[in-house]
Amino acid sequence: MSSVNTTKVNEEYQLDKLDKTLINLLQHGLPVCRSPFAAIADEVDSTEAIVIEKIENLLSHKILSRFGPMYDAACFGGAFTLSALAVPEERFEEVTKTVNKFEQIAHNYKRNNKFNMWFVIATESQQEIDEVIDEIEQETQLNVLNTPKLEEFYVGLYLPV
Amino acid sequence: MSASISQYKSHAKAQPVTVSKKPELSELQRQYILLTQNGLPLIPKPYDWLATELNISVEEVLAMTDQFLKSGVIRRIAAVPNHYKLGYKFNGMTVWDVKDEHASKFGNAVGKLPFVSHCYLRPRHLPQWNYNLFAMVHGKTPEEIDKYRDQIKDLLVDVLQDRSKEEIDGKPRADTNINIKTNDMLISTQILKKTGLRLKKQDSQKDGEQNV
Repeated sequence: MSSVNTTKVNEEYQLDKLDKTLINLLQHGLPVCRSPFAAIADEVDSTEAIVIEKIENLLSHKILSRFGPMYDAACFGGAFTLSALAVPEERFEEVTKTVNKFEQIAHNYKRNNKFNMWFVIATESQQEIDEVIDEIEQETQLNVLNTPKLEEFYVGLYLPV
Repeated sequence: MSASISQYKSHAKAQPVTVSKKPELSELQRQYILLTQNGLPLIPKPYDWLATELNISVEEVLAMTDQFLKSGVIRRIAAVPNHYKLGYKFNGMTVWDVKDEHASKFGNAVGKLPFVSHCYLRPRHLPQWNYNLFAMVHGKTPEEIDKYRDQIKDLLVDVLQDRSKEEIDGKPRADTNINIKTNDMLISTQILKKTGLRLKKQDSQKDGEQNV
């Protein structure tokens, strides 16, 4: 009951008001100019040095996972798709190993559905996507549900604090 | 589902997969990307640093940056929060069976909802997979993402496809094991693999934010 027994050292970083303001503001973007941090400092009534220090802290405590240009992967060529498998529960571990061993699998998530394994295939070409899908089907004897994007409506993430 | 599952495989292959609109990158642009794909340096004048590295003027660097933003190579220059650290521990991939003629218009509307981070149109694979609109939502509690799903449903209620009367292989759909729902929410229960996509040093092939 008491805190004496708390073995896990809680290094939660306490966000102050400026941290929260910066997190919300910087998710929208940084202005393109020679002194972008000074511009941000003006907006939040602070100084360039403090803004930079705050961002460093937020990154080192992994409250922010990245800071900088977000490149659209598709713009650099290659082909991408989201695919799924309906894996029998007793085979889940084995199939996970088979799928994950392909270097073209960028992300793989277990999800609570009949189609319980969802993964992103990222390759150099469309042909290579088809090859990876064929190989996964041969090795697992399961059929891949392939759902490449046909139209993009929105990509972006804004999580206010 | 085993008997008819092969149907959607061949169907899948016929679909146009996202092959990117690959712009020809100049060597200078490639170098710009290599220098910044891990992030922008946290110094007062980051573009001046970039100008020195690229051996061009800072004005040229700023113009290149504007051009990248305009063409969509860079989506935005921003901070990416760690969902978990900010308390957003729950995400749901909501999927919807939207009538084709309404899919684009309503896909745009769903994409504009503040709690939706990704929204795409994807191919159906009938009869097993009837969903064509995917929208990812994030929340701090299971109740929160349930509420978001309900809000999307309110928006789509008039354009969802009712397949309960459809027949599959001569049998009413309701008599088969194949789902007849108009929507679902798939919650991730485990990360099985997560790697970043990067621009390679030698050949400029890929990098960036997950966008598939």
